Amino acid sequence: MAATSLFKRALQWLVGLVGGLLATGAAKAIDLPEDRAEAMVHLYDGGGVKASGPALLVRKSLVDRVSVSASYYLDMVSNASIDVVTTASPYKENRSEYGLGLDYAYRDSLITLSTAFSREPDYTADSVSLDMSQEVFGGMSTIALGFTRGADKVGKHGTPGYFDSVKHWQYRLGLTQVLTPRWIASANFEALSDDGYLGSPYRVARVFGAAVPERNPRTRSARAIKFRVNGDIGNRSAVHAEYRYFWDTWAIKAHTTEFGYSRYFGDPWIGDVFLRIYQQKHALFYSDNAETETLYVSRNRQLSTFNNVSLGAKLSYRVAQVPGKYEVKANGAYEMVNFRHSDFTDIRTGAPYRYTAHVVQLYMSATF
Amino acid sequence: MCERVSRLLVAALAMSTLLLSGCAIQPWVKPYERERLADPIMRFSRDTLPDKHREHVRDVREAARGATGVQGSGCGCN
Repeated sequence: MAATSLFKRALQWLVGLVGGLLATGAAKAIDLPEDRAEAMVHLYDGGGVKASGPALLVRKSLVDRVSVSASYYLDMVSNASIDVVTTASPYKENRSEYGLGLDYAYRDSLITLSTAFSREPDYTADSVSLDMSQEVFGGMSTIALGFTRGADKVGKHGTPGYFDSVKHWQYRLGLTQVLTPRWIASANFEALSDDGYLGSPYRVARVFGAAVPERNPRTRSARAIKFRVNGDIGNRSAVHAEYRYFWDTWAIKAHTTEFGYSRYFGDPWIGDVFLRIYQQKHALFYSDNAETETLYVSRNRQLSTFNNVSLGAKLSYRVAQVPGKYEVKANGAYEMVNFRHSDFTDIRTGAPYRYTAHVVQLYMSATF
Repeated sequence: MCERVSRLLVAALAMSTLLLSGCAIQPWVKPYERERLADPIMRFSRDTLPDKHREHVRDVREAARGATGVQGSGCGCN
């Protein structure tokens, strides 16, 4: 008798659970990304490299469930970096990138297909991405899955055509969770694989003080995991904190930490400040000046041990607004980055290489 | 062999119970309580182009990349 009662209670509990699940699954449909346009002028200036240019983006929904986007980005690069001035001659070149995207909303899911094409005189990079995000648990959680497949062609100035290629695979998984009416958090994981020519035909390594062409492995697998939390702290202000850990098969380990604060100043102004700290440990085959002969050797400072600290600020001003119709904003952002290399020597001075970079973005954004 | 199958069944049953128990929790922040989360200053990404530019600047200078959430991750506050 007691067993029958227990069975009935268990059955009722189970029916309740399934009912709850079905009720949760019937939440309202996901929204498409809002229609918007962005026009930006960007500048990077640091370590002898200047890269600047315009960028444009337009996104428009065509029917209730479909939104398309197109973007253009130009980098006009003037390169007199430490690698270039110590082993080659400064040069100028342009890189253009075109992007196309298609979003499809179905019930609580958003499916995004996007593609990007990047062109510069000695390098091309094409990629296709498929992303899907699904709202669950009454819209409190969003699960995101994504995949990118990239294919690059590598050339060299003075040599016609391309001499090698690279393939890329990226797999993403993300969870965004509403914690309270004021706090939201996210966790993102990404697995990355590269296969092909993963170096530069211009860069040299140093072995026993002599310059030799760098030799890199042809495969690399990496993992990255990031946690972020955003919180509304009242007085129309918010804070965010994030941490990312990255590790790969070249023995690189990197930690990225960021803290930020945002607030309204009156109604039309929004100000943001952030502090970002990045640290990484060098690749297994990286050497400033190798003292032994090894299969792989590189003096790519991107693979060295270094840290950088960024301090950034952004200001947005609402220029015009008709509620429910459109909103236009003017924005300016500035970031100062201090790079401090531990095991990459400036061979002109013999001291560890250090420099400060400036990143500027001026842009208009409109939603309609 | 039988023992292994039984263990698997027990594990599957335990997992199903855990998952179903999880579903018993009701969403504790109702849609009408998410106004603050939908505010622009609470978004993970407010503008597309500046975020992509900043990510590109970092990708070409740092060895680490990925898991930025710039592509694909949603907000859950619609």
